[in-house]
Amino acid sequence: MARAATITVERGRGRRAPVPLQAAALGVTALVLLPIVYLVARALEADASSWRLIMRWRTVSLTLHTIGLAVAVTLAATAIGVTLAWLAVRSDMPGRRVWATLFALPLVIPSYVGAFTLLSALGPTGELQRLLEPLGVERLPDITGFPGAFLALTLFTYPYVYLVTVAGIRGLDPAFEEAGRVAGRSRAHVFRTVTLPLLRPSIGAGALLVALYTLHDFGAVSLMRYPTFTQAIFLQYKAAFDRTPAAILSLMLAALALVVVVAERRARGRARYYRSGTGVARPLRPVPLGRWRWPALVLSAAVIGVGLVLPAGMLLMLLARGLAAGTPLNLTIWAAGASALVSGAGAIFALVAATPIAVLGARYPSRRSRSVESLSYMGYALPGLVVALAFVFLASSYLPLLYQSLPLLVIAYVVMFLPQTAEPLRAGLLQLTPRMEEAARTLGRGRGRILKDIVFPLIAKPALAGAALVFLTAMKELPATLLLRPTGFETLSTRVWTSASAGLYSRAAVPALLLMLLSSVPLAVLARRVGVNPEGVRQD
Amino acid sequence: MSDLALSCRGLRRSFDGVLAVDGFDLDVPTGALMALLGPSGCGKTTALRLIAGLDRPESGTVQVRGRLVAANGEWVPPERRKVGMVFQEWALFPHLDVVSNIAFGVDGDASARVASLIELARLQGLEHRMPHELSGGQQQRVALARALAPRPDVLLLDEPFSNLDAQLRAEVRGEVREILTATGTTSVFVTHDQEEALSIADRVAVMIDGAVRQTGDPFAIYAAPADAGVARLVGQANLISAEVSGGFAHSSLGDLPMPTLADGPCDLLVRPEAVAIAPDPAGPARVVDVEFYGHDQLIRCALPSGEHIQVRLIGPHPEFVLGSAVRLELRGQPLALPR
Repeated sequence: MARAATITVERGRGRRAPVPLQAAALGVTALVLLPIVYLVARALEADASSWRLIMRWRTVSLTLHTIGLAVAVTLAATAIGVTLAWLAVRSDMPGRRVWATLFALPLVIPSYVGAFTLLSALGPTGELQRLLEPLGVERLPDITGFPGAFLALTLFTYPYVYLVTVAGIRGLDPAFEEAGRVAGRSRAHVFRTVTLPLLRPSIGAGALLVALYTLHDFGAVSLMRYPTFTQAIFLQYKAAFDRTPAAILSLMLAALALVVVVAERRARGRARYYRSGTGVARPLRPVPLGRWRWPALVLSAAVIGVGLVLPAGMLLMLLARGLAAGTPLNLTIWAAGASALVSGAGAIFALVAATPIAVLGARYPSRRSRSVESLSYMGYALPGLVVALAFVFLASSYLPLLYQSLPLLVIAYVVMFLPQTAEPLRAGLLQLTPRMEEAARTLGRGRGRILKDIVFPLIAKPALAGAALVFLTAMKELPATLLLRPTGFETLSTRVWTSASAGLYSRAAVPALLLMLLSSVPLAVLARRVGVNPEGVRQD
Repeated sequence: MSDLALSCRGLRRSFDGVLAVDGFDLDVPTGALMALLGPSGCGKTTALRLIAGLDRPESGTVQVRGRLVAANGEWVPPERRKVGMVFQEWALFPHLDVVSNIAFGVDGDASARVASLIELARLQGLEHRMPHELSGGQQQRVALARALAPRPDVLLLDEPFSNLDAQLRAEVRGEVREILTATGTTSVFVTHDQEEALSIADRVAVMIDGAVRQTGDPFAIYAAPADAGVARLVGQANLISAEVSGGFAHSSLGDLPMPTLADGPCDLLVRPEAVAIAPDPAGPARVVDVEFYGHDQLIRCALPSGEHIQVRLIGPHPEFVLGSAVRLELRGQPLALPR
């Protein structure tokens, strides 16, 4: 009861958030909601001719294509991610420690880089075709369309499920499984009835990331010429003078993404309470694979072979071939610098914008601050293309100064990636209990000293981790960068895109390699921080 | 009154209309080790936070060493009160090692002060450990050393032992008392555990419903509680209802001479150790429950009136079993408490 009284002190009337903090948080939230509000307004004033453009069989087919791809990729990536996680953490597969690291690596390959390497290797005029031609193989099955999009997206998104599931398995209290075994159930039975349900929240969070990634993806589906919403929106935007149809299509895609987020929340429901709170250090004995060892190794080698070795090998080969043909090595230093500049600015401003949201959520918990928080996270569920399109329209109509300017691109990054900094920051602030500040005050320290000696040191790490996540994601970001960049401004991702979409794969190789190099450094730093999942999204 | 390190008058604080502390008076003499004993939810922690300046009273005053730190219009923030605090969950700074935690509140060169506290709190060899690398007892001692380092005029301890398991608690309790005595620090510690309050404090203030009901040394509080509430909180108490008339208290224990009492209802306080018990087939009382603790046992007997009375016996006495008939006899005069 004494504790209950203390909690009242913190949550009671005396702890209403200061007005400037509330204003800042609401301002950030308004900024995040701006694109979607604008698109809704735009769609509402659509005239009959716009609706005729939308109300066609083609829209239904787009919807089916998009949903079909998202479902297929999510299922496949989840199956692969969970299987590999189990193999890496719980089985006695030979070399599982090395595998455990390798399995996460395809994450550094953006889907559009992966897609063009797959095309250059397995496509109609690809390397494999060239190798097989002397053997009399006239024509390989075409991988463009659904198979290619499915393959590329599955291979480069399963690590989300993998990483989250590994963390989930490691955090499981072994006592649950042991209790199941002691109760007389077989290992397989216990896995199905105890372990999997316990991991469901983790797996669900990973699957959500995969589904969102697939819905958002623009690069891979465009290169594979698979018609989904993003591709159609982009074409509509490029081709048509009237922007209303593009806005309506964007809204439909945004709605689809929000449905996925809500569905995952619903499905998670009470399941999150199953998670065991305290991770037990006692390691579980690895499960012997027996004769399943070979299939396990074949699967692992196949995934790493196609998902990591093939793209990396192709890039190096394209580079070498280009050099051998006398093409001067263009290190695209300017593009790299441009990437680092906008991503860095995005990271810094995302951190600034996340601060009031995180402070509000951690320090002044209430229903209202929770809804502010949820709303401010909405940009994360929105496809980059949709956010970008909304800002393009907004700026060209109302803020011509910002149109095709770097600040607008940075604002779009903030809107899209805010939760990646807000979440770690909020977690860090929660670790900093009010008790700690009170202790410092009773030790004779004023607010300034407390900020300097207690608050900043404790939140520096999570703040940096969050900023690094934004940096990494912004580096790889394609559609928003493509649409919002000033004319002539090239980042690594736009460089890769313009070359690859024109089929000039060897010219895309250098910027792609550089992009992976630059974006995998922060990833390596983050990988050391166990507990932060790759997208920095709350999993509670 | 300069020999008072701390003096509170009429403190009042409510949360959402519910009074947590109301009419709280407390005087703590310099150098005293005072226990603030009360049941859960009686407002102990709130009182402590008002004294430390972590919360503002709605009315009332707080004086530290004769300095007014909280009163109408007066407000000294916690960092300038010279009131230290050891928190229930210790609140060690997770990013600072033991030495830096202890040195946190010391101005200027802290090394000598820290070294002496390290020694006093027996933390040698742990100087550069981080908080999460310490055991519960060690964290407790670091929290204490950190609070003592700036030499506070008054040290407040909020349920300082509740985070320790039972065995460790007894040990740490003794250590904490030694450290506080060695430094001569005036301290107030909050507890709901009467054993803890009686065993280490030299003064006990019993708090019920937001106010201090009684203050005194542990023996006086135990022997002469002011009312039934205090009696029940301090040690085990049998309270037998009685009716006083003509200088006698009539109860199921018989008619006891109480010449100084006015007529009317009252409760007789009978401590379990103040009852002698003997097997007697013709005895009026029956054993209804036996709790055996090894060094002693508690025997609950039903009186013919239906009231229950607990009896404490030293050493094992297997002869008292459920249902056996017993004879009870009071040792000394019970205390009559106003109803």
